[in-house]
Amino acid sequence: MKETLLSNCERDFLLQAIAEKKRLDGRQTYDYRKMKITFGTDYGCCFVDLGKTRVMAQVSCELVAPKESRPNEGIMFFNIELSPMASPTFEQGRQSELSVKLNRQLERCLRNSKCIDTESLCVVSGEKVWKIRVDVHVLNHDGNLMDVASIAAITALCHFRRPDVSIQGDEVTVYSPEERDPIPLSIYHMPISVSFSFFQQGTYLLVDPCEREERVMDGLLMIAMNKHREICSIQSSGGIMLLKEQVMRCSKIASVKVSEITELLIKALENDKKARKEGGRCGFAESMPQERITALKFEETSVEMTDVAERASDVVQGAEAPPLMVPSPVVPVPGVGQVGLGLQNTWGLEEEDDDEEEEAEECANRGEEGEEKVTKMEVERHKKDASREEDVVVLSDSEEEEVVVLHPETSAKTPNTAGPRSHQNGAATSKKRKKK
Amino acid sequence: MEVCGSPAVTLREFGCEQSLLSRPDGSASFIQGDTSVLAAAYGPAEVKVSKEIYDRATLDVLIQPKVGLPSVRERAQEQCVRETCEASLLLSLHPRSSLTLILQLIHDDGSILSCFLNAACMALMDAGLPMSFLFCGVTCAIDVDGQIITDPTAAQEKESRAVMTFAIDSKEHKVMMSSTKGSFSVNELQQCVAVSQKASEKIFQFYRDSVKRRYSKIL
Repeated sequence: MKETLLSNCERDFLLQAIAEKKRLDGRQTYDYRKMKITFGTDYGCCFVDLGKTRVMAQVSCELVAPKESRPNEGIMFFNIELSPMASPTFEQGRQSELSVKLNRQLERCLRNSKCIDTESLCVVSGEKVWKIRVDVHVLNHDGNLMDVASIAAITALCHFRRPDVSIQGDEVTVYSPEERDPIPLSIYHMPISVSFSFFQQGTYLLVDPCEREERVMDGLLMIAMNKHREICSIQSSGGIMLLKEQVMRCSKIASVKVSEITELLIKALENDKKARKEGGRCGFAESMPQERITALKFEETSVEMTDVAERASDVVQGAEAPPLMVPSPVVPVPGVGQVGLGLQNTWGLEEEDDDEEEEAEECANRGEEGEEKVTKMEVERHKKDASREEDVVVLSDSEEEEVVVLHPETSAKTPNTAGPRSHQNGAATSKKRKKK
Repeated sequence: MEVCGSPAVTLREFGCEQSLLSRPDGSASFIQGDTSVLAAAYGPAEVKVSKEIYDRATLDVLIQPKVGLPSVRERAQEQCVRETCEASLLLSLHPRSSLTLILQLIHDDGSILSCFLNAACMALMDAGLPMSFLFCGVTCAIDVDGQIITDPTAAQEKESRAVMTFAIDSKEHKVMMSSTKGSFSVNELQQCVAVSQKASEKIFQFYRDSVKRRYSKIL
């Protein structure tokens, strides 16, 4: 769907409010929205909510052959899916500019910063390595997708456990999670991106813009940092010109924010670890809020099956018995089969036997299997059909100007029937194709 | 072949949350045991000229898997859900419009197609789209002993001989859509249909309770 335009008065209102240091939801300039991190049932699945923006990340792994240039390093693959659920403007399968931008930024943030030890993912050098795939699904777009996606991706990678592998000589054994506990990935540091939006040619700055603020911003500065105050990636888009002091100030703000977010992340991971150790159920099902009016849960219920058997047998007896006799296919000519007689032609065209021809032509596709069944077919029926077809042929023979014999090698009787019939088949098919 | 009908079959605990996403017109998450699905509905909205139908709304169903891109399996599931929704929605009230239903798989622990159907119905209800009746999905599995299990988990589905999913309507409790896998007799099929119809009553009661709870604070 096309994006709904932002009205001028809405745009002016937002810019005026920003100039007066006010934000739509009452936040301060450097405030983040409320962030919530929850985990799914299996390892590597996490949900991150930032205000109303919701994102789900899932990490999976498989054994593949490594890249030629790097035989003892594992492969990381990132994919941000802008689901049509998140916004009516997102389309399935279409690589929009935003999707390319987000994917590229996430790759730079996580892959180029070398936050994951890829050499530990190697199983057999040059032959088998682990390919770790991170899929980030955007569920609701209310601004600042980049930050949320980076938080979700790194949290999911920290949460993920890969199957244990043992190598004995040439044999590689991959253990299932039941046999041996899966092991976590080795992560050096956790890069998290912080987005700054600029308004009025760099005069005003806001951290964590919501969707409306993103619509009216001039440019975006994204800084990816870890808690050790190392900048992993920095990107400025929108063509705004920033002063050195502004960039320095932003990086200071980013380091404060990143340390707060990292703390929250680690706490969430620990809580989840504790819950799993205690053996409780964890996952999306458990994290559903119960006290909300829009949510409801039913306990396990049983279904009575008292009269099920009787109802079923009633239905079966009441139904018509299936026909025991099935019309067998008839093969007048090799490659052409006919089942049944076909329906009456209701088109009112010149050739009444078009239907029969079309029926036969459809059965020609099944002719191969018909032929196998029919190798022991009675010759009498064949003759009967052939004689019937001869009548049919006689009717239309007068309308044919040319009789083309297409199967000269068959018996003497059949060329008369096969030729014009096949010709008509050709005509029928060409008619069919034209109609299509 | 006969089912010893005395042990009652159970439905796993189910839960639903509506209006959990702010952008879509209607959204719902549906949970059956550990299987969870998130559904979002948009509509009636603008439709592409190539897809418009002159007298009805165009319904698009998209099923997103967790890992990778949608493949043939998702397309088959989409078709099942779309046909059910088209039968129940009053599409002729919104000609030349589009209704989009997006289903995101969150966790698959068996009975996934019925979870899709239930989430779809709740999302359509939340979006306020007019329907002539509600529908629900029930999955039955026949295990190697011939016992009927409703709402099977993934492990139970793997062990069973046949798995069937039926979409049941709320007005006459008839079967709207069926999707089956495996081999079974005519008798077993009818028994599974009867069991599904019984189970659907529980699910419709759940829908009613959810909506009652939702609107309980509105005078």
